[in-house]
Amino acid sequence: MMILGTGLLALIGITALVIVRTDDVTNQLLALSFYGLLFALMFFIFQAPDVALSQITVGAIALPLMIMLAITRMKHKEALRGEKEKRHE
Amino acid sequence: MSEKRRLIFFFAGAIGVAAIYVMGIRNLPPWGVYRGPYGDVIAGLAVYERHATDVVNAITYDYRGFDTLGEEFILFSAVTGVMLLLRPEKEQEKNKAGRKEKKQQRKKKQEMQNPASFRDRATLSETVQVFTTGVFAFTLLFGIYIGTHGQLTPGGGFQGGVIIAAAPMLLYVAENTEAFERILSHPLMEFIEAFGAAAYALIGLAALAFSAPFLTNIIPLGQTGNVFSSGTIALISACVGIEVSAAFMLTIFEYLREILSRRKNRED
Repeated sequence: MMILGTGLLALIGITALVIVRTDDVTNQLLALSFYGLLFALMFFIFQAPDVALSQITVGAIALPLMIMLAITRMKHKEALRGEKEKRHE
Repeated sequence: MSEKRRLIFFFAGAIGVAAIYVMGIRNLPPWGVYRGPYGDVIAGLAVYERHATDVVNAITYDYRGFDTLGEEFILFSAVTGVMLLLRPEKEQEKNKAGRKEKKQQRKKKQEMQNPASFRDRATLSETVQVFTTGVFAFTLLFGIYIGTHGQLTPGGGFQGGVIIAAAPMLLYVAENTEAFERILSHPLMEFIEAFGAAAYALIGLAALAFSAPFLTNIIPLGQTGNVFSSGTIALISACVGIEVSAAFMLTIFEYLREILSRRKNRED
C-alpha cells in the first residue's frame, strides 16, 4: 500500500508538471481532468472514499467542464469580433 | 534585473522553501497512523448517536452542519455572481430583435462560404449520439442514488447533485440542443436552486420550534442501515443535492446561452 501511495503521489507531481508545460489549452484541459482523476485515486487509497467521490465530480468533471465552457465562450466572442471587423472592411 | 541576479534570487528562495519543507516532512506521522482524538471518538459514537453508517456525512450534515450551511451559501452566491456577470448584454438583445432577418441572411451566406467560421461542423457519429442519449437516464439515476444514500455509503447530496447536473451535458454532447435548452433554461431552475438552499436553513430553524438549538436532529432516527434513517442528515443531504444540481445547471446554461441562441438563429 505504501509503495502504491508513494508511486501515485510521484505520478501526481509529474502530471502537475506536464499540465504546466503543455502549451495547447485543449490538451491542458484533458491533462487537468486526468490530474483530477489521479487525485481521486489518491484519496481512495488514503482511505477517504467520500472525498474521492467529491474529487471525481468536481476535479474530473465540473472544473474541466467550467474551463471548457469559458474557453468556448471566449472563442465564440473572438469569432463574433472577427466577423464584425470583416463587415467593416 | 539581470539574468544572474534573478538566478541568485531563485536559488536563495528554493533553498529556503526546501528547508521548511524538510522540517515539515520530518514531523509527519508514519504511514496510516492517526494521532488526533476526535476521529476515533466520532467514529465510535456516530452510528450509535445518529444511526448513520457513513460517518463523514454525519459530520458534514449534522455535527458541523452549520459550517456546511455556510458552504452551501458560498456556492449559492458564487452562482448568483456568475449569472450577474454573464447576463446577456443590452446591445445583443437589440440586435436580436431589430436586425434579425437582415443579419440572418448575411450570416447564412457567410457560413456557406466559410463553414468552419465558429464551430467545427464535422458531423457527429451516430454511435456517440445514441450512446450519450441512452446514458443520460442512467446518469440521472446514478446521481439520485448517490444523493439519497449519503447517510449509508460514501456520497451524499453534493456529489449526487453534480452528477445530476452532468446528465444534461450528455444531451449537449449528443447535439440534442433542443432538449438540453428546454431543461436548462426552464424558469423553475432558479426557483429550485433557491428552494434547496432555503430548505436547508428552514430545517435548521424547525429545530427552534421544538425548543432545541439550531440544526438539531429532531426527526426520528429510524433503523440504522435503512434509506429513511438518520433523521435530518438524509433530508439535508437531499436539499443540498437539489441546490447543487440546479446551481451547476444554471452556471452551465449561463456560459452556453449565447452560443445556443446563435445556433438557433442559424437554424431558423
